Amino acid sequence: MSTALAASPIATSKSVSPTWRRFREAFRRHPTALIGGAIIVAMVAVAVFAPWLGTIDPQAVAPIKRLRPPSEQFWFGTDMLGRDVYSRVLYGARVSLVVGLAVAGFATIVGLAIGLVTGYVRAVDAVVMRVMDGLMSIPSVLLAIALMALTKASIGNVIVAITLAEVPRVVRLVRSLVLTLREQPYVEAGISAGTSLPLILIRHILPNIVAPLLVQGTYVCGSAMITEAILSFIGAGTPPNIPSWGNIMAEGRSLIQIAGYLILFPGIFLSLTVLAVNLLGDGMRDALDPRLARRM
Amino acid sequence: MVAYVVRRLFSTIVVMAVVAFVVFSLLYLTPGDPAAVIAGDIATDEDIRRIHARLGLDEPFLVQFGRWLWALLHGDLGTSIFTNLPVTTLIGQRVEPTIALTVCTLVVAIAVAVPLGVIAAAKAGTWIDRAVMAFSVLGFSVPVFVVAYGLILTLSVELDWLPVQGYRNFRDGVWQWFRHLILPSIALGTVYVALIARMTRASMLDVLAQDYIRTAAAKGLARDQVLIGHALKNAAIPVMTIIGMGIALLISGAIVTETVFALPGVGRLTVDAILRRDYPVIQGVILMFSAVYVLVNLAVDLSYMFFDPRIRY
Repeated sequence: MSTALAASPIATSKSVSPTWRRFREAFRRHPTALIGGAIIVAMVAVAVFAPWLGTIDPQAVAPIKRLRPPSEQFWFGTDMLGRDVYSRVLYGARVSLVVGLAVAGFATIVGLAIGLVTGYVRAVDAVVMRVMDGLMSIPSVLLAIALMALTKASIGNVIVAITLAEVPRVVRLVRSLVLTLREQPYVEAGISAGTSLPLILIRHILPNIVAPLLVQGTYVCGSAMITEAILSFIGAGTPPNIPSWGNIMAEGRSLIQIAGYLILFPGIFLSLTVLAVNLLGDGMRDALDPRLARRM
Repeated sequence: MVAYVVRRLFSTIVVMAVVAFVVFSLLYLTPGDPAAVIAGDIATDEDIRRIHARLGLDEPFLVQFGRWLWALLHGDLGTSIFTNLPVTTLIGQRVEPTIALTVCTLVVAIAVAVPLGVIAAAKAGTWIDRAVMAFSVLGFSVPVFVVAYGLILTLSVELDWLPVQGYRNFRDGVWQWFRHLILPSIALGTVYVALIARMTRASMLDVLAQDYIRTAAAKGLARDQVLIGHALKNAAIPVMTIIGMGIALLISGAIVTETVFALPGVGRLTVDAILRRDYPVIQGVILMFSAVYVLVNLAVDLSYMFFDPRIRY
């Protein structure tokens, strides 16, 4: 703890911002965050380079070779249509990562915009927050399911549905931060100097929200990947012709007693990826809030 | 205090009204014509027009919403497009397994998680603490159906100790009923245990740093007495809050768990309704789950007065 106290912002050199300094500090103290980061990098590499990692066409049907257990030829076995599970799982990384990152990005941006305005403009606050309370009373997976039931299955719709379900939580966070920040002397100073509202929000409030928002973003990313898998698993998510981890597991559902590997491998990949994202998030949170770090 | 309860009840009503509005809008915004769905494939335009008139689908949005809300307040959730039965009847038929599953999970999860959190806080910094925290991160990360299939593959398929899936009615024998609920409850409870254990630990650590804890220890109270009687009691409020908020996880998880273990509950009803695009059922189920969530959290809020007499609203 003493090192963290010694590293006061004033002592830092101009080139490295205190935030980044704290990040580096935290990663040194929390090797788990580094492991998380490494797993994420590996998963991204798997997703990007899937075609060159010894995979075959993940959609290639071969009825003669169906339900082969894992072997030297089929590392993760084959499914009931004879498709190579190893190839399908590797390509499935693309869906999870795209959905996770897209939802984290969109939910953060939309939530930030709404949260900034509601936190600062009293008149908007009452109405918007009642709507957000209502939305938050619908369990997010259920809301995403309902939205998916309205539209046709596509990755774009999955991203929109999960984003809408995640936005209220981001709004909550941003609003509560803004409510504290707006009372700070430097904001009052800005107001008395005649700075316009948009400029106060962007110059003085936004920079102080970025860090906690980044942490929240990683949690949103992890939860979005789980939600995508749940949606696909119950048949209301990614279209069945695209190999996603949820879809592969859904197809293995009825074969659990004879071909457990159909569920095992995508399950391991999904859990590992979400775990990595959460570890990274925990490390970042500890870096940004030393007080919380001791407790959690 | 009465004023607080009234204010809290009022805000609950507002939230439920917003939920009702959102849920109704979902159906209203549905692409495709519900009348065409009800009429079936061989219906003529005349048939569809008649159904439109009967259901009042030609009227303005607010009129339709008003009529739907009025029926809702009279306990009428509409009629299933697929089975032609009232939605309340369908939910009523399916509610037993869901209640059994969630209550079982809730009891087991709290019974496991709170002691875990207390021990982790009492032994903060030791390997016990780290193990509990590692389990907690894992519990957050491994999705409920992966836990569920892991349990099925080891305990049911390999070892054959417990049934793979299915449900037995409570009336047909408590032992069989219980056996069929063990794996679903563990699977559903994992993330919940992770959540509650983490919050219990954090809250306990806060309280253990207080002066009165040192005083209690100084006057010679046994460690357990200090931990349970003094610390846990004061650490209870954040834990209660997270138990209430976690109900949302429990509901989402129940939908998946019932699918994995083929439990004929409301979660399974939800999935079937989605696959059949049975909108009135989807609406009804979402409303019901949201109402449960909101009411549980209302109860939690009001229970603070019991846990902490200092709280006087």
